Amino acid sequence: MAIDMELEEVLRPHQYEMIPYPPKVITLANGKQMVVRQAVREDVPAILKSVHPCLFIERDYYDIVSARLYGELLAWYRHRVKSEYCLIGQIDGYLVGIVNGRMETEKVGMSYHTLAIDRGLRIGSHLFAAKMEYHLEYLGQEEVLIVAESPIGFRRWMIEYPLEPTKIPHELGGGDSWLLTREIYFAAKPRLVVGERPVPQDLWEVATSDILFADDDTIRERIAGLKGR
Amino acid sequence: MRDVAIIGVGMIPFGRRDEDTLMDMLAYASLKALDDAGLGDKSVDAVYVGNMGSGAIQHQTAIASTLVDRLSLLPAAADTVENGPASGGSAVKNGLLAVASGYYDTVLVVGGEKMREVTGWRATDFVATMTHPTAEYPYGITLPGMAGMFTRLYMEKYGVTREHLVAVALKNQEMGTRNPYAHVEMALSKDGIYDNPAAVVNNPVVADPLHLYDACPVSDGAAALILCPLEKLKNPAKPPVVIAGFGQATDTQTLQERDDPTDLKAVTLAAGQAFEMAKLKPSDIHVAELHDAFTILEIAESEHVGFFKKGEGGKAVLAGKTRLGGQIPINLSGGLKARGHPVGATGVAQVVDIVWQLRNELPKDRQVKNAQNGLTVNFGGFGNNVLSFVLRRVQQ
Repeated sequence: MAIDMELEEVLRPHQYEMIPYPPKVITLANGKQMVVRQAVREDVPAILKSVHPCLFIERDYYDIVSARLYGELLAWYRHRVKSEYCLIGQIDGYLVGIVNGRMETEKVGMSYHTLAIDRGLRIGSHLFAAKMEYHLEYLGQEEVLIVAESPIGFRRWMIEYPLEPTKIPHELGGGDSWLLTREIYFAAKPRLVVGERPVPQDLWEVATSDILFADDDTIRERIAGLKGR
Repeated sequence: MRDVAIIGVGMIPFGRRDEDTLMDMLAYASLKALDDAGLGDKSVDAVYVGNMGSGAIQHQTAIASTLVDRLSLLPAAADTVENGPASGGSAVKNGLLAVASGYYDTVLVVGGEKMREVTGWRATDFVATMTHPTAEYPYGITLPGMAGMFTRLYMEKYGVTREHLVAVALKNQEMGTRNPYAHVEMALSKDGIYDNPAAVVNNPVVADPLHLYDACPVSDGAAALILCPLEKLKNPAKPPVVIAGFGQATDTQTLQERDDPTDLKAVTLAAGQAFEMAKLKPSDIHVAELHDAFTILEIAESEHVGFFKKGEGGKAVLAGKTRLGGQIPINLSGGLKARGHPVGATGVAQVVDIVWQLRNELPKDRQVKNAQNGLTVNFGGFGNNVLSFVLRRVQQ
């Protein structure tokens, strides 16, 4: 695709400087270790391959979450969104979850989506927590605006933290935003934010050598429930 | 009273079955049992359906009438049996008595529940409707809440530890990985749910001291069996299994009215009646399916039925005495913890699993060698209505 760089300067949004998210490793309920790390823009085409099969899964609103995530990641890849980031979870190199968001201002974060590709291991909870950790502890923001598109998300974010309801519209255009403040985050941190740093070298090498993907049928089966049920 | 044989069993995989209606599930399990019994086009005299929540969840009642029509079993007698989470066990009991009395010769018993049609909150509330309508429910009690309080007392009185509870969860979820009918086919690691700092998220407190993996999942599922008089069984294709004993007992609806809330009297009584009728004792049992809706219940029931002394059940799990190959293997199906707990199905599914054991039909990694006698405990309410069955393989 031909790109007119002169026009691109107009079309591309301003980007804030974003300190990198320091990777961590989390031991899951089944004993497997999930490396949580920041994806780079060049990873997007590969990540989209895992998002694509989820577009057609109605269960638990995977279709809308995946469709929007797909668009958001593509917007990042095409330089059409301001200050977006994406964190991924990998087990043995395989992509098992994706979260993304962006900086709305230097002080306010905008949470986008959480997609767990492997289910039943609280991968979504861990990755959402990593996302909030990034906003509040590393990007130094004061608060994050959040909405949920599924009842599971509502239970995990709004209830478990618990978030503060507001009348502030959210960029996704649905219900009003719920707010994660620094006070709420640090109160919830001991029971919701875990992980060890640094990531052991062997795990890091496997995670960064390549992003591996399960095939479409396997992804659909995993999302349809534990072992396809 | 005639001896009653189980001549056919069937089950469908438990889990989240979005594509099936409750009636689909009941029909599938029934057809499997009918097929297993080799009944072909022969009809049955009566059908008993164990179900707790079709009225509340599916807004559908009189499901036994619908099922006989769906299965073309008209004009068989048909009854729906509702007894909370012991509905399945009660359906088995009704079928047993109907055949034992001599009134019916061929009876289909099926238990099923479709709970994943509603959110987890609604399902928890639905199950809580079995609590006392004025003394408990209005104050927000749920079954996990009740189990949490029971666990705390049991820990204080008998020295049960979290490590004991974790051992039950690890054992049963490991067995779930070997059971194609199990809802949860995921093995856990002790590190991931107990030792590691990440366990605080992986295995959060649900109702202190119980954590997420101390509780069974909310499941859809169905199981069925066919009963007939042993005396009418000629040249059976499969080793016949008889219901050698059964018992049922009740207790106060509220826990606080019991002299000792840790004493599950109805379990002791029901199992005692079943042993007495079967002329067996706990040490004669080779395999058991106990109602582990919460890990503590497997430990407490194993003591109350007489497998272990009070205070020894948790240690026994930790020592591997309840594993395959142990002193008394318990919940080799994965139990409610891993097979799942579609409430109306559970009591029937427990019997089906024991029949498979006594017929020696399971793969090696789940089969107890030369199992002759098995026990089930189906625990209704919080121990206020309990059924127990002793099954025996008939020597041919």
